[in-house]
Amino acid sequence: MGKKLLLQHDHVPGIHSYEVYRKHGGYASVEKAMKQLSAEAVVEEIKKSGLRGRGGAGFPTGMKWSFLAKPPGVPRYLVCNADESEPGTFKDRYLMERHPHLLIEGMITSSFALGANTSYIYIRGEYFYVSRILEKAIEEAYANGWLGKNILGTGYDLDLYVQVGAGAYICGEETALLESLEGKRGNPRIKPPFPAIAGLYGCPTVVNNVETIAAVVPIVTMGGDEYAKIGIGKSTGTKLISASGHINKPGVYEIELGVPVEEFIYSEEYCGGIKNGKQLKAVVAGGSSVPILPAHLILKTVNGEPRLMSYESLSDGGFATGTMLGSGGFIVMDEDTSIVKNLWNFTRFYHHESCGQCSPCREGTGWMEKILHRILHGHGKISDIDLLWDIQGKIEGKTICPLGDAAAWPVAAAIRHFRSEFEEYVKNPGSIQDVKHYYRLNNLTEA
Amino acid sequence: MPKVTIDGQMIEVPDGTTILQAARMIGGPIVPPAMCYYSSLKTSGGYCRTCIVKVSKGSEKDPRPMPKPVASCRTTVMDGMEVQNITSPEVVEARKGVVEFLLLNHPLDCPICDQAGECHLQDLAYEHGLSKTRYEFERRTFEKIDIGEKIKLHMTRCILCYRCVKVADQVTNKRVHGVMNRGDVAEISTYIQHAVDNDFSGNMIDVCPVGALTDRTFRFQSRIWNVNPMDAHRDCKTCSGKVTLWMKGNDVARVSARKDKYGEVIDWICNDCRFEKKDAHDWQMDGPTNIERHSVISQNHYSLKEPAHKPLLNTLYTAPADRQLNSNN
Ligand SMILES: Cc1cc2nc3c(=O)[nH]c(=O)nc-3n(C[C@H](O)[C@H](O)[C@H](O)COP(=O)(O)O)c2cc1C
Ligand code: SF4
Ligand code: SF4
Ligand code: FES
Repeated sequence: MGKKLLLQHDHVPGIHSYEVYRKHGGYASVEKAMKQLSAEAVVEEIKKSGLRGRGGAGFPTGMKWSFLAKPPGVPRYLVCNADESEPGTFKDRYLMERHPHLLIEGMITSSFALGANTSYIYIRGEYFYVSRILEKAIEEAYANGWLGKNILGTGYDLDLYVQVGAGAYICGEETALLESLEGKRGNPRIKPPFPAIAGLYGCPTVVNNVETIAAVVPIVTMGGDEYAKIGIGKSTGTKLISASGHINKPGVYEIELGVPVEEFIYSEEYCGGIKNGKQLKAVVAGGSSVPILPAHLILKTVNGEPRLMSYESLSDGGFATGTMLGSGGFIVMDEDTSIVKNLWNFTRFYHHESCGQCSPCREGTGWMEKILHRILHGHGKISDIDLLWDIQGKIEGKTICPLGDAAAWPVAAAIRHFRSEFEEYVKNPGSIQDVKHYYRLNNLTEA
Repeated sequence: MPKVTIDGQMIEVPDGTTILQAARMIGGPIVPPAMCYYSSLKTSGGYCRTCIVKVSKGSEKDPRPMPKPVASCRTTVMDGMEVQNITSPEVVEARKGVVEFLLLNHPLDCPICDQAGECHLQDLAYEHGLSKTRYEFERRTFEKIDIGEKIKLHMTRCILCYRCVKVADQVTNKRVHGVMNRGDVAEISTYIQHAVDNDFSGNMIDVCPVGALTDRTFRFQSRIWNVNPMDAHRDCKTCSGKVTLWMKGNDVARVSARKDKYGEVIDWICNDCRFEKKDAHDWQMDGPTNIERHSVISQNHYSLKEPAHKPLLNTLYTAPADRQLNSNN
C-alpha cells in the first residue's frame, strides 16, 4: 500500500464532521503553526517539502509563497482555486466532499503563514452542493475558535469565505478567477503584474489549488523534510489522481509520486486493468490539455525506461514523446477508442470555454472544432490534417492565457501520434458509424 | 533610461515605455501594427495580438530570450533588451496567423461598409494578410442594433478590441455597454438594447478600428474618399472643440475627432460637436487635414507629409538583405 497523507482517513465514517475530524488529529497543523512555529517558519517548511502546485502547472509552492509582496498597510489574500473544470479531473471535488475540514485547516495554516486576514475559496458553480458542505465546515470551524478573531489567543484574525462561480472553465485561470471574485467578467488579466504583486483588489495574493492547500496540513504536521522523503526526486509527496475511462476501477487515488504508470493502470490497488480485457490504446495523463500518448510511450519512455507517475518522468522526452502530470486527470482509452472523436470532444470544450479576449484563441478554437467535426463525419480532406497542425501552431504561445495552449496541445499530440487515424477517417468514412451511435445515445441530431 | 534595440535600431527611452511606444519613437516600417492598443486609453492593448514581437534578449541583466512572442503594446522595455519585429520570419508568420484569425469571421462587406477606406483592419490585411482565406465554414453573424439615436452597432464586423468599452469606462460618465457572452459568440452590447447616451459616447465611433460602430448621422451618405477632411474648431464648453470636418462640397457630412498618424484620437470631442453641429457656419476652419496614415484616404488627393510605405511582406520575403537596418543607420 502506498503512503496516504490526504486520504488517510478516507474510510472513517463521519470524517466530514468536525468532531470526527478533530478526533483523528484534525487542526493539529494550525496549533503547531501558531504555537510552535512562526509564519516565516511555516513558509520554510513548505519550501523544504518541495511541494509543487497541484492545479496543473506544478510550480513550487514555497517559492510562490516567498514571492508574495508585503508592503506595509496593504492587506494580503489567500485564494483557493476550487474551480476544477479540466475535463478528466475530479479530485478536488472528492477531497472537498469527503474531507472539507482538511481544506479549511489548510486554508487557516496557509493564511497564517502568508499573513492573510481574509481568505476565499472560489468554487465552480456546478459544485454548488459542495459549497454547502464547505460552508457547514467553516461554520463549525468558527464555532470552535479556529476562525474569527484572536485565533488560539495569538491575536491572529482570519475570515474565510466561499464564493461560488457561475460555471466557466476560464475562471480557473488564476487571474480570471480574481476578476470573477471581484464581481467582474471572468477574463484573464494580462500579466505582468502577477497576483503575488497585484492580485485580488490590486493587493498581493496567492492563488493555490485545493489539493495544494490540503497538502500544507501533513507538511506542517510532519515537517517539510519528512514530506520531501516521500515521492521521487523533485516530485515529492503524494498526488491525487482522477482515474477515468476504460479501466475496471475508475475513481480518485492517492499515489506516492513515482509509482510506475504500468502499475497504476494494471494493479488491483489502483485502476485494476483495462475493462473487458481489452488492450490499452492511449492515455491522457494529466487532464484534457496535456498531450495524449499512445500505449507504448505512456508505459515506457523513448529510452525504454518505465514511465513513472511523476512530474519529471511524465514529461521525459518533451512533447515529442512525453506529456505532463498536469492536474492528475488520468484518462485511459482502450483499443476501440476513436482518437479523432475524442479530440473533437476536447476541442469542442475549449471552443466553448474560450473567453474570447484574444483573437487566436477566440477564432482558432472554433475553427479547429469545425474542421474536426467535418473529418469525423466523413467530409474531411487530407489537407485538413495539415491545416489543423498549422492552426494549432498559430494559437500556441500567442495568447493571453494558457487556455490557448491547452486547446492547441491536444490537437498537436493527436496528429503527432495518431496521424494515420485521421487519414483513415478521410479515406474511409465508413468508420464514422460509432459517431452515429453517439448521437443516438445522446439524443442529438446530427449536424 | 533604458536602451532598447528593435530590428537593429537602438533608442533610449524613459522608464516604463513599452516596446510598441519605443518602436513608434523610432518610426518607419519596424513599428508593429496595433489593432487594440490605444495610447490614451488605460489598460488597452494585449487583446488582438497583431503587435506581437520576439524578445531575443530580455535585458542586460538577464539576457535570456523570452520563451514566447510578446504583445509589444503591453511589454515594458528593459535596459539592453533586443527585439525583433519584421526581421524575424517567425514573427511575420505569426502575425499573418493573427490577421487570418481576425478576418476569419469578418464579413468582408467592405463594399457597403462606411469604414472602408479608413479601416485599420483593411490596412492590416493589405499589409500583412494572405490574399485568400482558408476558412470554409459559414461566418458568424449578429443582428445590427442601434445603440441610441446616433450610433449603429454592426457586431458582425467587430474584432473585440475592447477600445469602445474602455472609452465608455474612462471617457464617458456612465458605461452602459460592454462585452457579453464568451468566446467566438462574445459581443459588444448594451444589454436589452439600452441606449448609449451621454456627452462623450460618440468617441466610441472614432476608436473603433473597423466598421462595427458607425455614426448614424453619416451612414451611407458618402464613401470616405469622396469627402474632404478639414480641421476646424469652435468654442465648446464641454470639449476642446477641435475636430475634423468631413466636407461634401460646402456641407458638413460628418464630424470626427482629430487623429494622429497611428489613427488615434488626439482630443476627445463631445456629442454636441459631433452630432449636432452639421452647419459649416458652426465652425472656424483651420485648413485641410493632414492624413499621415497609410490608407485609402491618403492614397489620393490629400497632402502627405511622408509617403505611405509599401506593403512590408513582399519586401521582406524577396529581399532579406534590405533588412539590415542597423547598417543603414
Ligand atoms: C484555462 C485554465 C484553467 C485552469 N483551471 C484551474 C482549476 O480549475 N483549478 C486549479 O487549481 N488551477 C487551474 N488553473 C491553474 C491556475 O491558473 C493556477 O495556476 C493554479 O490555481 C495555481 O495553484 P497551484 O500552484 O496550487 O497549482 C487553470 C489554468 C488555466 C490556464
Ligand atoms: S487564450 Fe483564450 S481564454 Fe485565454 S485570454 Fe485568450 S481568448 Fe481568453
Ligand atoms: S465595436 Fe469596434 S471598438 Fe468596440 S470592441 Fe468592436 S471593434 Fe472594438
Ligand atoms: S495592439 Fe497589442 S495586442 Fe492588440
